Amino acid sequence: MSDIAKFPPRERHSDLAVLLPLSASAPDALGLSRWLASMPGWVLPALTTVLVFWPVYAMAQSTFTTERLLSTLLKWMPLLVTKGFVLNILISFLTMVFGTIAGIFLGLGRVSHSRFVRLVSWLMVQLFRNSPWLVLLFVVMLSLPFEIRIAGTIVPVPDWMKAVFGLSLPVMANIAEIVRGAIRSVPSGQWEAAESLAFSRTQTLWQIILPQCFKRMIPPWMNWYAIMTMATPLVSLLGVTEIITLTRQAMEAEGNHPSLLVPFYGFALIIFFAYCYPIARLTMSLEKRFAVKL
Amino acid sequence: MSDNSPWTADQPIVSIKNVRKSYGEFEVLKGVSFDIMKGDVICIIGPSGSGKSTLIRCINALADIQDGSIKVEGQEVHDAKLDKLALRRKVGMVFQQYNLFPHKTALQNVMMAPLKVLGQQKKDVEMRARALLKKVRLEGKENAYPGELSGGQQQRVAIARSLAMQPDVMLFDEVTAALDPETVKEVLITIKELAADGMTCILVTHEMSFAREVADHIYFTDRGVIVEHGPPSTFFDNAQDPRTKAFLGQIL
Ligand SMILES: Nc1ncnc2c1ncn2[C@@H]1O[C@H](COP(=O)(O)OP(=O)(O)OP(=O)(O)O)[C@@H](O)[C@H]1O
Ligand SMILES: [Mg+2]
Repeated sequence: MSDIAKFPPRERHSDLAVLLPLSASAPDALGLSRWLASMPGWVLPALTTVLVFWPVYAMAQSTFTTERLLSTLLKWMPLLVTKGFVLNILISFLTMVFGTIAGIFLGLGRVSHSRFVRLVSWLMVQLFRNSPWLVLLFVVMLSLPFEIRIAGTIVPVPDWMKAVFGLSLPVMANIAEIVRGAIRSVPSGQWEAAESLAFSRTQTLWQIILPQCFKRMIPPWMNWYAIMTMATPLVSLLGVTEIITLTRQAMEAEGNHPSLLVPFYGFALIIFFAYCYPIARLTMSLEKRFAVKL
Repeated sequence: MSDNSPWTADQPIVSIKNVRKSYGEFEVLKGVSFDIMKGDVICIIGPSGSGKSTLIRCINALADIQDGSIKVEGQEVHDAKLDKLALRRKVGMVFQQYNLFPHKTALQNVMMAPLKVLGQQKKDVEMRARALLKKVRLEGKENAYPGELSGGQQQRVAIARSLAMQPDVMLFDEVTAALDPETVKEVLITIKELAADGMTCILVTHEMSFAREVADHIYFTDRGVIVEHGPPSTFFDNAQDPRTKAFLGQIL
């Protein structure tokens, strides 16, 4: 094997860390979090105020009174949160777990010594990063069986579980890029030092390179968590009864009156915002802190 | 190639014969040969880009060669079946940019390879590591992270880290080139002590007075060949080749 192929390609050009781009934490890697976090703290109360006062405006044009609209929403709220939003969060957690584990290995595949592994990982990353999420969701939904047999017992695979697998695919591909970027941001001197101390390539990767990248991977990783959480309502199109599905059902039960649209969907908007906004703020502050340290 | 008799200390510990190395079309080493006996200190000097780093990186198989032979303790380095890790346990290397592991303390940097690569007992390794840090005059800096140490201190940790593997040969690639003039001396003293202890050292350096003092033999390389070599006294005071003269004239 030629020693030119030994290190991830970019480092060959420079030994100096300052000359290497910090790919994993480059500004564009945190687009959503940067945008969310840039919002001032009053956005959430403002949204809520709009939601509460909307009925005053709507009342002028409909038979619904403000009190009736608010009490209708309040009546459904516990269900929307406990049966709906909690499922969104569960889906987002599990997706992140699967997506991260798979993404780490896919990212390692991208810097593998074997040309074949590199090619296959590259193809997978391109495929899952660039396909519309909804297409991936439908493919997974239709191709996974509704039950699987494990050691003789039949285990049903609920729709929301399939949705987790579907969402895991794009998350995996994007985490893989984060991992690859972080690995490449470590100066090649670290590889050489480890190799000259007789560390094997696998040891070097797991004991020397990855521990150094860990911190820089956290902000972009959290950014992807926020993006994916906000995408979980997509699975309502597949019939999973998460918050948006339940919202629609609740409005139907209340006679589908147009005045309900803004309060009900507004509530969903607020709850997602309230959940993702602190995450985005944390992401940005971590990004700032790690950027100074490393 | 197949020399089955085991290596003994009266044979060269590193033997380099007609080594050729190219990066693509560009031939960096054009047939380099020399031998080093155990306990010898040799210095390689030469202009920038003449292939000095490339040459010593070939000795511990960080770079491969296209032709010729490199033997370390009788073992052919340029061999597809070579156990590179076994070779690197025998050959330590120190770099210009120190390359300490930034997420580990000085002590951990020194202990890591013996623990993880050689699988030695933590208690023994720690004792040896502390002794090594003391030897390079870094007592009290055991728990400092590389970012908290000066360049000279970092470089001495790097030397201790390499020595912790108990190598038979040490390679130094311009280890003082990135240092402040004041800290150069402390690193050179460490290397000098190491040489006095009988360590076989191959040094690439621009420190001519140091080379004159410490080296048993000097090799001058230019454009991938050894132009001239000899013991320091002859080499510095009685250089023959015009390229050597020009180089020494510039630098001294
Ligand atoms: N990985 C590489 N790929 C392509 N060319 C390389 C590579 N490494 C070194 N070279 C080239 O090989 C030549 C010799 O490089 P080398 O680093 O061995 O020189 P050197 O004598 O150590 O110089 P310096 O004193 O500047 O360190 C240079 O022209 C360099 O550009
Ligand atoms: Mg060099």
